[in-house]
Amino acid sequence: MSGTWAYIAQRTSAMIMAPLVILHLVVIVYAVRSGLTAEAILGRTQGSLFWGLAYGLFVLAAAVHAATGVRVVISEVTRWRGRSLNLAVSAFGLVLLVLGGRAVAAVVL
Amino acid sequence: MPTMSALNVSVWRGAADGRFETFEVPHSTNQTVLDVVTYIQRLLDSTLSYRFACRVGMCGSCAMTVNGRPRWTCRTHVTKVAPDLRLEIAPLKNLPVIKDLTVDMSDFFTKWQRAKGRFAPTKTRSDPVEKIIPDSQARQAADAGIECINCAVCYAACDVVTWNPDYLGPAALNRAWTLQNDTRDGDQRQRLRAVAGDAGCHACHTHQSCQEHCPKNLNPTASIAGLKAAAFRAALTGKL
Repeated sequence: MSGTWAYIAQRTSAMIMAPLVILHLVVIVYAVRSGLTAEAILGRTQGSLFWGLAYGLFVLAAAVHAATGVRVVISEVTRWRGRSLNLAVSAFGLVLLVLGGRAVAAVVL
Repeated sequence: MPTMSALNVSVWRGAADGRFETFEVPHSTNQTVLDVVTYIQRLLDSTLSYRFACRVGMCGSCAMTVNGRPRWTCRTHVTKVAPDLRLEIAPLKNLPVIKDLTVDMSDFFTKWQRAKGRFAPTKTRSDPVEKIIPDSQARQAADAGIECINCAVCYAACDVVTWNPDYLGPAALNRAWTLQNDTRDGDQRQRLRAVAGDAGCHACHTHQSCQEHCPKNLNPTASIAGLKAAAFRAALTGKL
């Protein structure tokens, strides 16, 4: 049963990330080609609900996707499975969420 | 059948820690790989162990690894797989070798049971025969996978089975999918529960080796995809 929910979480997070990755790449290309300064970028992102939601969702989806993906890789490459593995990858996902969340907060708040 | 030339045949001998032994076998027209193995066992070395029964692609007992690929040997012509007249014949992968070319199929069939690959009747012989509409979506899905002969070629070809020995494998999951689409079956919820999870359909990476190697041209990957979607829906609606 936990395998089914991990599968659902991984596929759903992938579906969420797909358009957000494209958005992220467009933002990078736009920022670099336009020669935007850090100040100019922060001017656009600070206080923006859109960028806060978009990158907040991106970070959440990436954390879930990476954790569930690593869970599968570890279970196939090693003999580590079950509850302890679920807890370990949940902790890994939480670390990614906190780190990513801090980055989003830094440019939006 | 006229003999044309000689085949150079390497055959696995012993259990997992065995080695290849080379034989020279006369090549003839329309010769199958099973003919080659039978020739060796009958005329060159009677201690060679292998399995076969029907010789016509129905029983699924003669599968072996031929030049690196799992195949049904009774329907595999030598000329198609060994144009250079060199054959390497080994037991199926992903199953413990008993001796020479025979593997222990216990895991394979136990997983068939774990996947609830058994029809669960909902009627008795007193009930009228159920009407099945042949072109209904469910029946067509069942028909697409129903011709499996349990040869374990897909199981031997599957990388996920190698990585995760608990994985039910393509054949058992394909069987479960055909029963999930059988409107007469009464064990669908329990079966979906049995095949969902890390050792079940969600472990499949969609490599499609099972489809590539299936001698009956079935597509277990598609069946597994059907199970994934069904488990997905059932989990979201609290029916798993």
